[in-house]
Amino acid sequence: MIRVVLPVHLRTLAQVDREVKLDVAGAATQRTVLDALEARYPMLRGTIRDHVSQQRRAFVRFFACGEDLSNELPDAPLPEAVTTGTEPYLVVGAMAGG
Amino acid sequence: MSRVRVLVGTRKGAFILTSDGKREDWNVSGPEFGGWEIYHLKGSPADPNRIYASQSSGWFGQIMQRSNDGGKTWNPVDNRLVYDGDVGTHLWYDGTPRPWEFKRIWHLEPSLTDPDTVYAGAEDAALFRTSDGGQTWEELAGLRHHDSASYWAPGAGGMCLHTILLDASHPERIYTAISAAGAFRSDDAGKTWRPINQGLKSEGIPDPNAEVGHCVHRIAMHPSRPDVLFMQKHWDVMRSDNAGESWQEVSGNLPTDFGFPIDVHAHEPETIYVVPITSDSQHFPPDGRLRVYRSRTGGNEWEALTNGLPQRDCYVNVLRDAMCVDALDPCGVYFGTSGGQVYASADAGDSWAPIVRDLPPVVSVEVQTLP
Repeated sequence: MIRVVLPVHLRTLAQVDREVKLDVAGAATQRTVLDALEARYPMLRGTIRDHVSQQRRAFVRFFACGEDLSNELPDAPLPEAVTTGTEPYLVVGAMAGG
Repeated sequence: MSRVRVLVGTRKGAFILTSDGKREDWNVSGPEFGGWEIYHLKGSPADPNRIYASQSSGWFGQIMQRSNDGGKTWNPVDNRLVYDGDVGTHLWYDGTPRPWEFKRIWHLEPSLTDPDTVYAGAEDAALFRTSDGGQTWEELAGLRHHDSASYWAPGAGGMCLHTILLDASHPERIYTAISAAGAFRSDDAGKTWRPINQGLKSEGIPDPNAEVGHCVHRIAMHPSRPDVLFMQKHWDVMRSDNAGESWQEVSGNLPTDFGFPIDVHAHEPETIYVVPITSDSQHFPPDGRLRVYRSRTGGNEWEALTNGLPQRDCYVNVLRDAMCVDALDPCGVYFGTSGGQVYASADAGDSWAPIVRDLPPVVSVEVQTLP
């Protein structure tokens, strides 16, 4: 079970609480976690990753275990503490004014 | 008694303002989608309870929203607005080719007859359509594949398709306007397009009379005379009497002919409204006086409408989608400002009063006239 924390605007959009719990089939990577998130909440498609390229949107960041994973390869394994549910995977709206 | 429902898009959410036919006492509800930019909301002429909204954010991109109950509740619909095929390139500010990149939907135009069909104008300029109430979107790519498209360039606000006009008497006819490419018309439901900019003159481009490259800000039409079009260009107020085949300037005695919105009285096709703005580099009213100008002669002869509008120290702007008219008699006129005010006139512009004064900067104002 993976714990995913969403920024407030995406929580409102998906009508979920701060934290979403996901079961991810196979290896837990950023790609498989986000695929599972979007499968359960289709309204989040395109808000975190570009519809076509699947690249992270410029002002979205991914954090876990005190590390910035935003520029890690999408198929790299997530930290064990995230895969066991000990630590959450954070989707963050970047500090960019507004 | 009839009612009106004013749909206001702002930089930080949507607001719905309602009143009875007197248009004196108003209820303000919102924000919906608080914190998000709402470039436009518009209701279906065929089903006023069906409203579509463009919700966007620099962080999280584009969301499309739909209400089936007049804006009481909303549900996101499909937001996959993807350019068809090879995206190609347009010109960037420095003159170099730049691939099309989707940024947001500026304008929504529901079909005149089918609540499930909506046209959506995008930045970077493209026209999308849904025919299933927003469950899926397709690009009408003939516009972006026009021969001139590789020479289109953004205006200061981006390369946006901001105006979509549908013609009830010619169901296959669609008008669009793009900053800064100009006006285009399709007579085959969006398959093919041609520029309709003859007569426009823009000093800010290398050939002032070029076929494309004009910064058209807004086009308006009265449904009873669909071949007569009125245009607020970057500079110049223009008129066409032949469905855009040619244009003549009708700026007349306006204090400045720069501005963004233009609209037509609901019952008098020769009565039109603009909001003159000082210049392209000073986006505020001349002399700090907020004045709507009305022409009852289809242009050239203009009168200032000031009653109830601030006539000193006013330095707001009124954007292209932020003025509209209702269908009541007398005709109601509405506009919103970058200062967060929404003004209404229940007497065709003779007098004005603010409905609300302190919203976020207003991007768009639409009104629905309800039974």
